[in-house]
Amino acid sequence: MTTALYDIPGPHARRRHRLYGLIATVVIAGILAGVVLLLFDTEQFTAAKWTPFEYKGIQEMLLRGLGNTLKAFAYAAVLSLALGGVLACGRLSEHRVLRWVATVVVEFFRAMPVLVMIFFVFVALKVQPLPALVTGLTLYNGSVLAEVFRTGVNAVERGQREAAYSLGMRKTQVMTFVLVPQALRAMLPTIISQLVVALKDTSLGFLITYEEFLHAGKLIASNLDYDLPFIPVVMIISPIYIGMCMLLSWFATWVAKRQRRSVKTEAVEVAPAEPGTLMPGAGAHP
Amino acid sequence: MNVLTDNFSLYGKGLLGTVELTVYASLLALALGFVMASFRVAPVGSLRVFGTVWVTVLRNTPLTLLFFAVMLGLPRFGVVLPFQLFAVLALGCYTSAFICEVLRSGINTVPTGQGEAARSLGMTFSQTLGDVVLPQAFRSVIPPVGSTLIALAKNSAIAGSFSVTELLGTYKTLNELGYSIIWSFVWIAVGYLLVTLSISAIFNVLEKRWGVPR
Repeated sequence: MTTALYDIPGPHARRRHRLYGLIATVVIAGILAGVVLLLFDTEQFTAAKWTPFEYKGIQEMLLRGLGNTLKAFAYAAVLSLALGGVLACGRLSEHRVLRWVATVVVEFFRAMPVLVMIFFVFVALKVQPLPALVTGLTLYNGSVLAEVFRTGVNAVERGQREAAYSLGMRKTQVMTFVLVPQALRAMLPTIISQLVVALKDTSLGFLITYEEFLHAGKLIASNLDYDLPFIPVVMIISPIYIGMCMLLSWFATWVAKRQRRSVKTEAVEVAPAEPGTLMPGAGAHP
Repeated sequence: MNVLTDNFSLYGKGLLGTVELTVYASLLALALGFVMASFRVAPVGSLRVFGTVWVTVLRNTPLTLLFFAVMLGLPRFGVVLPFQLFAVLALGCYTSAFICEVLRSGINTVPTGQGEAARSLGMTFSQTLGDVVLPQAFRSVIPPVGSTLIALAKNSAIAGSFSVTELLGTYKTLNELGYSIIWSFVWIAVGYLLVTLSISAIFNVLEKRWGVPR
């Protein structure tokens, strides 16, 4: 690890760092122990709160919730990739009207909170929770992906495009055979990271009573017969949810790492995601 | 059209709630993010591990799950605070992970030679940090911090569903009063645009004043 902050530590500094490390470890362990003690003190580990998870019905309910979450994610992912493609085509088009329309759509939906769109579709258009959730996620993530695609295509080295044109290819051919394949390969990590955002945002379905994972958890947690096992429910749900997102994130990093060694993406200058224009919705999309 | 004029105070209250949430959560996120970033670049192993775990877990947590756990979970431990404070806590902790990453990559953009030069001039650690590294890092993190805070403002909409007064939540009252749903949502959208565009304007000014293209 090289930063501008420190020199490589000598024996004296290393000893000091070890001491600091020991103190920090003790403090962190103390905090963790405090949390566990608090959990025991408030009786979160009683049998009454944990036995429900052995019941088949409860397990099936959780699995059904998880299935619904994944279903919403699958729909949203496929549809937003498609919408992103369409909008990116619009933004890269040579026809001014098309370009303007696509730009306005993309900028508007990136600047809106996803939840506003989901609620709008759910309340104003009176549709079922699943289509409302999928529509909201698709509009938002599709617009973000459109920008990703567009910057990806524009980041392909100019010579590639010029060479293709000088071989006599038409615009569509240049796009489909030369620019898009290279851009897609280079943008794959960014696309996957955006899909992580979509997966995380499926939990918004909870707020419009879509019967997804959190919803199942809430139903179990509010059951008086099981002594309101709210904390156990959170302890079971969050590792699964966070684990799924982490797996997908790690996949994105793995792809990115593999790509850095690949010759196939050499002609694409993958811009670092950080410095963006200061429009609402640009840059990071947590 | 008269949805806005009839319910100006309701919208005003909602907008104010959103702005308050955004400001307080931003302050918390910036402070926590700074602490976590300093943990992540520290030469002490256990602090680095702690920072990394904090960032990895929070970045992969759905914000709704975090709200769910904080709003409904903390009261089980006898922590009883106003809903708005819970919301600030959840939003701030969530965004701190993103701020931390931004700050860390900002520090990493400062060339190693800068620190080496400063040390060879005999500067102490705090001088190196305060006079050489941080000013340069600050310049390059302005735009990404801006977009993270814009994302925070947009995320604050979730708080409305957990009984916090904010802009999106106003639709419920308007709906019960029988106003046109479409128009009430149009004005909610305008409100959010107002918030996000002002944040982006503020950061554009900061960027013009201090940002340096690298």
